[in-house]
Formats: sequence, structure tokens, C-alpha cells
Amino acid sequence: MVQLLFTILTDGLIYGSYLFIVAVGMTVIFGVQRVLNVTHGSFYAFGAYLAAYLGGIWYDHELPDFGGFVIIFLAAIIVGVFFGILIERGLLKHLYGKDEHIVVLATFAAFLALEGVGLFIWGTDPYFFYQPQAMLGFVEILGMTYDYYNLSLIVLALIISLAIWYFLSRTIWGRLLRAVIFDREISQAMGVNVTAVFLGTFILGTTLGALSGAAIAPTISVLPGIGVEVIVLAFAVVVIGGMGSIPGALIGSILVGVVRAAAVHEFPQAEMFVIYAIMAIVLVFRPEGLFAPPAVRKI
Amino acid sequence: MKHRVLRLAAVGVAAVLTTFGVAVGNAVAKDKMVIAVPTFLTGGGAPAFGIPARNGTELIIQAINKGQVPAPYNTKGIAGAQVEAIIYDESGGGAKQVTEYRNKVQKLGVDMFAGFVSSGTCAAVTAVAEELKTLTLYSTCGTPRVFEELDKNPKYVFRTMSHATADGVSLAHYVASKFGSANGYTGINQNYAWGQDSWRDFDLAMKVLAPQIKGSTKGQWPKIFAGRYGAEISALLKSPEDLVHTSFWGGDLEAFIFQGLARGLFKKKQFLMSVAGTAAYRLGKKLPTGIVLGSRGPYGIYANQLIDTPMVKWFNNAYVNRYGTQPTQPSYQYAQAILGAKFAYEKAADANGGKWPSTDQVIAALEGATFQGVATVVRMARSNGHQGVTDHAWGVASFDKELGLPVVSDVMHFKGDCIMPPNGIDSVTWLKGGMKGAKCD
Repeated sequence: MVQLLFTILTDGLIYGSYLFIVAVGMTVIFGVQRVLNVTHGSFYAFGAYLAAYLGGIWYDHELPDFGGFVIIFLAAIIVGVFFGILIERGLLKHLYGKDEHIVVLATFAAFLALEGVGLFIWGTDPYFFYQPQAMLGFVEILGMTYDYYNLSLIVLALIISLAIWYFLSRTIWGRLLRAVIFDREISQAMGVNVTAVFLGTFILGTTLGALSGAAIAPTISVLPGIGVEVIVLAFAVVVIGGMGSIPGALIGSILVGVVRAAAVHEFPQAEMFVIYAIMAIVLVFRPEGLFAPPAVRKI
Repeated sequence: MKHRVLRLAAVGVAAVLTTFGVAVGNAVAKDKMVIAVPTFLTGGGAPAFGIPARNGTELIIQAINKGQVPAPYNTKGIAGAQVEAIIYDESGGGAKQVTEYRNKVQKLGVDMFAGFVSSGTCAAVTAVAEELKTLTLYSTCGTPRVFEELDKNPKYVFRTMSHATADGVSLAHYVASKFGSANGYTGINQNYAWGQDSWRDFDLAMKVLAPQIKGSTKGQWPKIFAGRYGAEISALLKSPEDLVHTSFWGGDLEAFIFQGLARGLFKKKQFLMSVAGTAAYRLGKKLPTGIVLGSRGPYGIYANQLIDTPMVKWFNNAYVNRYGTQPTQPSYQYAQAILGAKFAYEKAADANGGKWPSTDQVIAALEGATFQGVATVVRMARSNGHQGVTDHAWGVASFDKELGLPVVSDVMHFKGDCIMPPNGIDSVTWLKGGMKGAKCD
């Protein structure tokens, strides 16, 4: 029984960490810009592809194994900055103030276009980048084998959440961001460069999306379509936790991860059902999500 | 006046003949025939299935047009007509594929279809194929439901290989023979038609062929394209059964293997992987040693390594030279369907005095016939002669360092009549009834 509970908790935390890393970028962007960014799935896919591509070159030249970890972060930054600027300046800046549905449709269109771009660049062959995961090996805890790489995702999720908390609550840029979240117009009137805040936020969210893909790449086969599944799960987590709430994304991810792990171990047929059942229950009792404050409408 | 009327009539007839040129050509000869070939060109199904299938199609059609395919297919074209393939994307789901099918028939006027990877697509387009009276050869999709539930009296639809029941039954034979002392089996299969049917057939066959090996009721059912299997791997590691059955394919299969390798899963459990042949060459050294590997018949790795016929040698050499990699099961299966078309059209044309045959004549030629595929003989011996019966092979995978390729050993071959339900009985009834009528000698 102890082993079962431990296994469920560990599996749940690993899966929840994965979900959080994927969803947090989307949450940050929605929290500041009120943009439900469907292109997040593309950033995940491009992060994974670039990491796997660069990793392939790196390991083909038999360079040191640890370089794979540097590549993960490098790929995330390259993809995040490039696509952050491209999408925010090229698309979203023309849509601020427009109906939210139009913005969602526009990002969905961009997502479809980027799927095509991905196919054009990377083709249909899968890319493998397993070396970082294989290098770290595995450990046996309470009779259950876990690989260090997946366990490290829990640490990465913690670092990301602490870094975002520190940034938002302890830095001047974070305070500026919160001011814009609270009231964009007043902030602008007080001299805050809202355009720069929006661009910076979008690049941050894009980089987090790309980081999630790059970090997951060593555990998957990187191939066309990987961004599609991710966007659905990320959306479920964001809705459960509360649109734009970072603590909500964290708690929502862990909740989904642990409940899903319990289902996998005890009721395998229900593993996907439970995720959307949680979402449905939360929406019935707290339509704004677990942690989002009630929305204030300006009249 | 009379001449004017005659002239007008001649012009009218000429216009009609021009407009319906293809129909007129049908009665005499034909320069070109068009085959629509659906396969996954995008999405998760493309790397493992779609692209090897496309490559196999391109290769065989170009060789047919040049008369380069070994005997008995060493004449140019199909019944004298050069073949044009319209290879299009099978992604997007059943509704989209029905629309695509209609477009290809009604707007482009294709002569026939050959292909289809997904059981879901086959299920969706079967009724439309019959409605539009268009010859359609399913090359790969596995669900037995096509002729057992959806189209019990097929006319225009054929399948040129055994269906998925043969995979489960042949695997159960292999397990009974090689792992008879195992303490039980569990499974991890994608939670949709393919995964559910694969598990059902294997489980039912095991109950008949190896009843001493008990099946688990706690198999794993992740969503297709889930990509992350941490909890499932924990559950499998924790399960008491020795054997694990999986029909995973594509990116799911590769992701599962990477995640399982990192946790020592394949050293602790004996895996039975019914479609691992599609990933063998791509994974190379990362293919877990010792897994029981399936290729849905004697295709891919089994043909490349073990079949020494002129046809397989030619196909393998031509494929490797052109694409720089070994052909896998979809390459063989798609080429097999195209060869089935060449066989049927030419047999029908012969019976028609050398003239281009009608669709009905082609159907009559293919129904119940036996033709040579690339790697195996295809007997259209089930479902009123519309369902193919082909042999199967299973073995254990490893990586040969000298060859630089994955290989199979401890291989067992199974005859189609041993692993397919006899004519007139559906798979589940046959399996539950103890597989009576199977000819395994």
C-alpha cells in the first residue's frame, strides 16, 4: 500500500511537473495580455525540434554528453526570442483591444501555419534526442525504478515557479507587470511602457513554451503533430487552475497529475476521463478556475 | 440540308466522344490510368507509416511504368496504360477523408484507390466506395470490421493482406510455443479501435492456445499520441505478469521505448510488440534487445532479412538505393496492393481480348484470385473473395553490430489459413469458439 501511494504520488508529481512546464507560459501570456495563445503548441514543438536537431549534430560529433543540457536551454531561448518577437509584433499587436474570440482564431491560424512551417523545415522524419535521459541513468526507490531525467522535471518545475514568483513579487519589472495586469490604461497613463511589457511578457511565455518542448524532447520521438496534444492538455490545466493564475497552474497541474496517476494504477481505462472530469467539476463550481480572482468588469 | 444534319450529328458525336473520352477509351485501350493513393503525409502517422508507404508506392509505380518489376510483373504499365499516382494525405479524420474520396472520384475521375493506413479511415470510406462504385484496394488498415460489420457483401472494396486478427492469433501461437511457462500477460495499447481490437484478438487467442497463461484485467489504455507514459511504466513494472503485449506504433511506440529503456522496463518484462517492425530501422541500436517483434506479416525486417526471392531482392535494393534506408512493412504492403491492381487489370484485359476492362471485369478478375505480392502470396480467399489471406512471421529482435542493422532471430512462420478465421465466420465468434477450422499443419 505504501509503495502504491508512493508510486502514485511520484508519477503524479512527474506528470504534473510536465504539465506545469507546458502550461505556465500560456498562463503568463493570458495573465498579462488576455491572449489565449493557441500558438503555444507550436512553440513547444519548435523547442523540441530545435533541441533534437542541435542535439543530433552535437552527439554526431561525439562531443561531451552534458552539452545536451546546454542545448535544451539554448534551443528554448532561440525559439522563444525569435517567435516571441515575430508573433507579438507581427500578429498580436494588431489585435489588442479586439474581441478575444478573434484573437484566439488568429493564434489558431498562426498555429496551423507554423505546423506547415515545421513540416517544411524538419520534414516528416522523427528526430531522436535520448542522450540526456540515457546519460543520467535510473534509481530504485521503494522497489520502483525511476529515471533521474524525469525526476529532474520536478526540480525544473519548482525552479520555474520560484523564479516567476521572485520575478513578479521582488523585482521592479515584476511590479510593472502586475500593474499592467491590474489596469493597462492607468499603467500607461502613469508612464509604464505597456508595449515593452507586452513584448517582454510574450517572449517570456514563448520561451517557457519552447523550454517545455526542449526539456521533453529527450523522452519522446520528436515528430509532426506533437504540439497538438500538448495544447489541449495545457488548456485544461490553465482552465482548472484559473486563467492567468500561476499558482493555479501549479496546483492544477499537480492535481491533474496525481489524479491521473491514481487512475492509471487503479482504473486504467479512465485515465483521460479523469482529467476532463476534474475540469468539468471545477467549471461547474468555480467557472473562473480554482485560483483566478473573480473578474472585474469596467463599465 | 441532309448533309448539314449529318455534319451537325458528326460534330455532336465528336463532342460527346471528346467529353467522355475516358469512357470511350475504356472500350478499346488506355494510355494512362490514375490511382489515388491515400497515406499519412503529415501528423504522427507519417514517419512510421505514411512516408514508407509513399516511398513504396512511388518506387513500384515508376518501375511498373518502365517494365522493371521482376516477373510476373515485367510488362510496362498496367494492361498497357502508364500509371499516374495521386498520393494524398490521409490525415484529418474520417469526415475529411470521405470528402477527399468523393473529390478524387467525382472531380478528378480517378480509376481506383489503393492504400489507406488507418482502420478509422477504412471504416469511414467503405460505404462511400461502394456508393460511388469505385474499385478500392485496402493495403494496410487492419480492422476486421470492414467486411465483418460494415460491408458484408462487398463489391468494389478489397483488402490485399490479412486483417488484424491474424496478428493476434499468430502472436498467441508464438507465445504458446516460446513462452509457455510464463506466469501471465498484461498489455499497454492505445485506447482506440486498433489498440482495442489488437488486445481483444490476442487475449481471446491466448485463452484458446495457451490457457495456462493468465491475462491481466488491468491492462493500460493511454490515449493515442499521449506521448508520456511514466505512470503506465510504473504500473507495468509493478504488475506481476511476465509478458506485456502492445500494438503501439509511430511516435507513441518510439516515445514508450525511450521512456521504458530509461527505467529498465525491457530487462524486467518480456515485450510482445506487434508493430515494432515499423520502428526497427529508425531506432537501430535503441531497439530493445529481446523483444518479440511483429511486422503485420512477412514484411519489412522479415522480408529484408529472410526472403531471398528475385522480387524481394529487387525491391529491397531499389528502395535502399533510392531512399537510403530499408523498406518497412507499409512499403511492402502498399506495393503489394499496386501489384494486386496490375494483376487484376491485366487478367481482366486478357479475358476481354486485350481491351481495357470495365471495373466489373476487374472485380471479377480479382475476386477469389491468388496473386504474387512483393514478399508473400496473396489469396483473396475470405469475404466473398475480397479479403486477402497472407502468411505471418514472428521473431526476437536484436541489433547486429557487423551489419549495423536490427535483425530477427528465433523466427516462426505461420500460414494464413492457420491464423485467419475461415470464410463466413467473424473473428470474435471464431476466437471464442476455439478457432475451429484453422489449418495449422
